[in-house]
Amino acid sequence: MIRTHIKPNQSWFSVDWKEIWQYRDLLWLMVWRNITTIHKQTILGPLWFVIQPLATTVVFTIVFGQIAKISTDGIPPFVFYMSGMVLWNYFAGCLNGASGSLVGSAGLFQKVYFPRLIVPISSLFSQMMYFLINLTVFVTFYLYYLFIVKTSIQPTLWILALPALVLQAAIVGMGVGLWLSALTVKYRDISFLLPFLTQLWMYATPIIYPASSVPEKLRSLYYLNPMASVVEFNRFAFFGVGTLTKETFLFGIVSGVLILITGLLMFNRAQRTFVDII
Amino acid sequence: MTNHVIIADRLSKCYRLGVIGRQTLKDEFIYLWHKVMGRNPIEHMGKVGVGQHSDTTISVEDDNNDFWALKDISFKINRGEVVGIIGRNGSGKSTLLKLLSRITEPTSGEAFIEGRVGSLLEVGTGFHPELTGRENIYMNGTILGMNKAEIDKRFDEIVAFSEVEQFLDTPVKRYSSGMFVRLAFAVAAHLEPEILLVDEVLAVGDVEFQKKCLGKMKDVAGQGRTVLFVSHNMGAINNLCSRALLLEKGRLVLDSTAEETTDKYLGYQVVESAVATEEDINERMEGKILGDFPYIRLKRIALLDKENNTKKLFDADEPIQVSLEFECLQSVPDLRLLFYIVDKNDTPIYGSQNTDDTDIASKFSYIAKGVYKAACVIPPNTFGGRQFYLSVQILYPKVEHIILNKILQFVVKFKGHNQQIQYGGNDRPINIWPLLKWSLHGKVFDDFMGLKKKDVTI
Repeated sequence: MIRTHIKPNQSWFSVDWKEIWQYRDLLWLMVWRNITTIHKQTILGPLWFVIQPLATTVVFTIVFGQIAKISTDGIPPFVFYMSGMVLWNYFAGCLNGASGSLVGSAGLFQKVYFPRLIVPISSLFSQMMYFLINLTVFVTFYLYYLFIVKTSIQPTLWILALPALVLQAAIVGMGVGLWLSALTVKYRDISFLLPFLTQLWMYATPIIYPASSVPEKLRSLYYLNPMASVVEFNRFAFFGVGTLTKETFLFGIVSGVLILITGLLMFNRAQRTFVDII
Repeated sequence: MTNHVIIADRLSKCYRLGVIGRQTLKDEFIYLWHKVMGRNPIEHMGKVGVGQHSDTTISVEDDNNDFWALKDISFKINRGEVVGIIGRNGSGKSTLLKLLSRITEPTSGEAFIEGRVGSLLEVGTGFHPELTGRENIYMNGTILGMNKAEIDKRFDEIVAFSEVEQFLDTPVKRYSSGMFVRLAFAVAAHLEPEILLVDEVLAVGDVEFQKKCLGKMKDVAGQGRTVLFVSHNMGAINNLCSRALLLEKGRLVLDSTAEETTDKYLGYQVVESAVATEEDINERMEGKILGDFPYIRLKRIALLDKENNTKKLFDADEPIQVSLEFECLQSVPDLRLLFYIVDKNDTPIYGSQNTDDTDIASKFSYIAKGVYKAACVIPPNTFGGRQFYLSVQILYPKVEHIILNKILQFVVKFKGHNQQIQYGGNDRPINIWPLLKWSLHGKVFDDFMGLKKKDVTI
């Protein structure tokens, strides 16, 4: 028998994970809905998942590689940009999905109760699908450069750590997304800030340039950005070059987890009564 | 454990009107600072903020800006009870359901709920226009708290109930609004929580479908599940609920049987006695007077039996006399008197006007100054065994119009027209039950024992 106690000011910390588990069917349906509905009534349909990352990489290769001539640490520019984008896109997707979860589903939350964390969690899983397609495209080009063009790239065994990097990107994306989602309830400004923030953050992450081009004095400051270590680690794993140290990477993990926990608290606090002020 | 599945204890919900909470980031920090320092920010913020320059401290949370949508609501609901919640718009009905379904938190007070709660505050919550009917059944069902296995089990029932089999694989954005609503209600109707909270969702769809929904709600209630049901439809409340709560301006004003509560809500401040005196009439009078001075005054309204005794309880087989005493203060060239009988749900079901009767109509075409008494007899064997109300209007067309809505209440006791028959129940919910003639024609093929064939018309 389920017993519910309704009272004011529920604790910030009381996330009912058991309840979320009970709603797992809803979670999967939401994931599936996010994926299937997005490309309905389009001609190319799921092909867009492939076209988007490819087109971006081509543009980056032309603009930053050919015109601006930014160094890529000796890595072929095409796979260099792609290796950064693959994790960054996943992170940005999670961030976007989580930050819109309260205001974006307000209509739903005003009419029915289910654990509200389901919505941001479902976006983590649906983004995973884009990620896997992105990753396949990247790996295809990577293998092409590795075996056919025969460039000097050096794969390392750290490639096996990729799932952990994905998890780290999800943690940071979700954490920041939950923060923003809680703040958007009160301050709609955040929704204007978000695209801008994502763009700035991308420039603060070694996507279009190698971390080695950051002056050494500033590097420890640079790695305060937990996404910088994720992208740099990924590049190191695939190409064998990079500036990452153990300390900076550990720091990235700790800060990521902290962001997630505080994000959960903020979200939990906001979701209790957000329908009253939305 | 007690038998109570819902216990609400002084539930209250306060909304702040106008500005919402702390508006600026500065306020936010000041608020946090007080919290960290262990002080009550509400008491201190006035001093920090607006009241700083004046002698008096202005409370940030001004009482005038607080709107108590619900205040100190306490009640207990037993397992298997079907309870209606009624009240005017803005009385807090929906807020109460929102608190119980955990959509928002109370400001103070608490509630205990035992059992799985399904809430139905809107039909079609979570329907996605791009998904097909089939997909939306699953989507909507899980949002309402079912799991996939439960939906699988009821899928066919849901589809049959919704009557949209043909369009099951069409995106719902191509549905007509009627189809959409039917499908949505079908999903909701097949929820099987222990406690169901329903908000006025029956007011959708066509009449046929509404009937079907009411029937379904009755089934749910019959299965021993607890239902809280918000509605403006007093007929539905009386029909479905055994008990009802009446909310007024966020307060619980009556918790009683459905009948008593709906009566109170509909404003049946009926004159208690069987006669409405001049005083009662003046107090209850509605209407408009366009002339410069009054023409007509009603003095006394009464319901009488054959012996001219005033009565409140009539047998179905006795005539009911409506007696109206009035005074004409001026001579009136055209006087209309009319009465009608209203049932419990406010529906007028029977009525008559003085000018209908051509034998007497001419008498009313000129009424001199004076005191009069008009009467009209409702023939015996007209009404079923129910409670009724008498409404009266008296008018001098285009000049004066006096309305007395539900001025008297009376009850008809129905014993059945045929005393030899044991009736299944004489309280059939039918307002008009006159004594009518029946006939039967047929052909007999076989007699009772199957012995011989006859061809006799009976």
